[in-house]
Amino acid sequence: MEKKVLLSIRNITKVFPGVKAIDQVSLDVKKGEVHALVGENGAGKSTLVNIISGVLKPDGGELIFDDQPYAPANPREAQARGIGLVHQETALCPHLSVAENVFLGRMPYKAGGLVDFKKAWLDTKKLLQNFSTDLNPKVKVENLSVANQQLVEIVKALSQDCRLLILDEPTSSLTDAETENLFRIIGELKERGISVLYISHRLKEVFRICERITILRDGVLVKTLNTSETNEEEIICQMVGRNIDHLYPAKKGGNGEEILRVENLSGQCFRDISFSLKKGEILGFAGLVGAGRSEVARAICGIDPLETGQIYLNGQKVRFNSYYDAIRARVAYLTEDRKNEGLFLKMSVVANLVVTSLRDVTHHHLVQQEKEQALAARYVEKLQIKTADLFQKMINLSGGNQQKVVVGKWLAIDPVVLFMDEPTRGIDVGAKTELHYLMRELCDRGIGIVLISSELPEIIGMCDRVIVMNEGCKAGELGGEEITEQNIMRLAATQSDQSA
Amino acid sequence: MNPSLEKQAVQSGGTTKQKGILSRAFAIREFSLLIIIIGCAILLSFLTPHFLTVPNLTTTAIGLAADGIIAVGMTVALVLGGFDLSVGSVMALSGVIAGSLYLGGVNIWIAAGIALVVGMICGLINGYFIGRVGLNPFITTLGMMSIARGASYVLTKGSPLSLAGISKGFKFIGGGQIFGFPMMVLIYLLIVVIMDFVLRRSVVMRQVFYVGSNEKAAALSGINVSKVKTGVFFLTGTLAAISGILTLSRFTVATPNAGMSAEMRAIAACVIGGASLSGGEGTILGSVLGVILLALVNNALILLNVSVYWQDLITGMILISAVLVDFLSHRSRFLRD
Repeated sequence: MEKKVLLSIRNITKVFPGVKAIDQVSLDVKKGEVHALVGENGAGKSTLVNIISGVLKPDGGELIFDDQPYAPANPREAQARGIGLVHQETALCPHLSVAENVFLGRMPYKAGGLVDFKKAWLDTKKLLQNFSTDLNPKVKVENLSVANQQLVEIVKALSQDCRLLILDEPTSSLTDAETENLFRIIGELKERGISVLYISHRLKEVFRICERITILRDGVLVKTLNTSETNEEEIICQMVGRNIDHLYPAKKGGNGEEILRVENLSGQCFRDISFSLKKGEILGFAGLVGAGRSEVARAICGIDPLETGQIYLNGQKVRFNSYYDAIRARVAYLTEDRKNEGLFLKMSVVANLVVTSLRDVTHHHLVQQEKEQALAARYVEKLQIKTADLFQKMINLSGGNQQKVVVGKWLAIDPVVLFMDEPTRGIDVGAKTELHYLMRELCDRGIGIVLISSELPEIIGMCDRVIVMNEGCKAGELGGEEITEQNIMRLAATQSDQSA
Repeated sequence: MNPSLEKQAVQSGGTTKQKGILSRAFAIREFSLLIIIIGCAILLSFLTPHFLTVPNLTTTAIGLAADGIIAVGMTVALVLGGFDLSVGSVMALSGVIAGSLYLGGVNIWIAAGIALVVGMICGLINGYFIGRVGLNPFITTLGMMSIARGASYVLTKGSPLSLAGISKGFKFIGGGQIFGFPMMVLIYLLIVVIMDFVLRRSVVMRQVFYVGSNEKAAALSGINVSKVKTGVFFLTGTLAAISGILTLSRFTVATPNAGMSAEMRAIAACVIGGASLSGGEGTILGSVLGVILLALVNNALILLNVSVYWQDLITGMILISAVLVDFLSHRSRFLRD
């Protein structure tokens, strides 16, 4: 039984100055179908989504929605036709309540022009009940978890009689349990005949919930495949345009001498953490979001305050009162929030690469342009950062290349210990693999790396040893063959009674 | 291996090369401003014979120096992503303090020194609350603006202090000339040259750009953000005090009304010169050109016998036009992402 086509995209082309962002793309989304859109960063996914949701106008081709020609002039028109978009980063008003967000710009009125809060609360409650959640419509959005904020966005889209829901990287900041819940919701939507266009880097998820997969590469549609007739390997090949033989480099660390040891660390969000890190080793920090992994790293580096505990670097007791002290001791923390905390988006590649080592490119306290450019050029070359030139603004680089710049700025201080917090989040498969190989190469040169990641395959593929954290405590340590998905999840998700 | 990517690289490379030197020069804000200023000057010299005269140009230059020195500090504050509303009042306070001390029998140079220190302290207080405590720069400097202005009125009981019989040496720094060049303009130029160099080249000032561009990322790159912020407000306060002392020397009168809305003129000049209120952008040269353009317009109104009341109206229109041109020329880029 063939399903009816809901949205038909026909030969859509969009040209930006000098670049064809998408070129003659055609695809159909059927009614009640979950359709995946995959591709590396810069493949044209966002452009296509922006055209469908009325943000951009195509330069060629046409859209047919529900058998009618469809050319939205703006996002509001797209919403009115029944197309809802949930962005990667939620676009809600944090100071307003759930109900006010759901009915943003469409709050129900009482006679006399006063807002009818009671009706808004009741209606929101009804909508939320469809998702079997007990979210309170009166709660301010800023007090919700990322997962619940996303749910509010979905509810908001559905409240406008949405028939095609576009989800852009919906799981990138969700925990596994929250992801499961999202999948359940998607399943329910499907049963109600709502189509979902699902954009994700995470192929495992795509294979679980999508019926068909469309692959974009460099703005061109490579293929649309039925999920049942393909596999991850094939999709990756099509996305990258080449074979990736070894997704992860071979493990070989763990035999060097100890470089960092911490004992009984306690801080605001964690208690009694002890571990050691060897030269050339990749130590994983696994656990659910909010387990306190980033907090431990930040406290060791002197970014957040540390309450008690000892830190030994190369056998010497140290205490970093500020992050600057840690950097001088060549211990660095690579933030999980690339855009807000890692980069100066409006500044050049050079400026972003030299920020940590300004004093190395000076002469008599003055910055020497030749020196800073030479330093930047060295890391652009070493990390194969794709940029038109050194003076390109960061905002013009792709996610993967931006992340390489962040890595580069820390390599510039010649680190001995590097905490990498979600270093491959939101970057494409090709760049991810490059970064993984780079991390191993750094280890070979004697750096100790602590890898904080919420992606279990990454932890399992990369780490020589793994510490699993649970509610601010160290739940266990795994090494060698013990590093498996089951073992990690058992430690990460078990409710611990002894912590009380 | 990846033909379309290569093509894209070639295309974008090609377009930059096709752009001539001229269009690239016009992309630099300072160059366009310079052309506008020269255009205005040429137009003005045809409209009135009094414009291109030594006395007129000298007076205009001395007149803009006081605002110019304040605008230099304001540029750095804008690069930081903040601004200092208290500079006009601090300028008045420093003049008033030097004046009252002198009238109380203190040597004028010592009095000027103390006034300078008071300006620095005002800056440090702003810096402490903004940098260490984390208060909002608008509120903090708005408060300091009121405090410094109020203190000036208290000290003078509201009326100007005349510094009769002040030493020639002190009068020289604000009113003297070297080879026909007014001292005040020379001091302004010296500050401009030093600050321009320092802003572009010194490590400390580079850190100001980083903090202005992204404060969180700067902190997570090991930059001591609160120290940088404190330093910037120390600088704006210091330059405001210097401007106040020079003005005192020029007029030998300490008025509590000195520097009225100088902070607004300085912010306008810097923004016209390309500084951004959202931080991370701005040059000293831009602020100089902005100050010159505003002074030129003022001069034109006087020479053409237009009521001086038109000045604020026209300044406002120039400010909005400058920001508008900037916005329109950048908008295509915003739309892309």
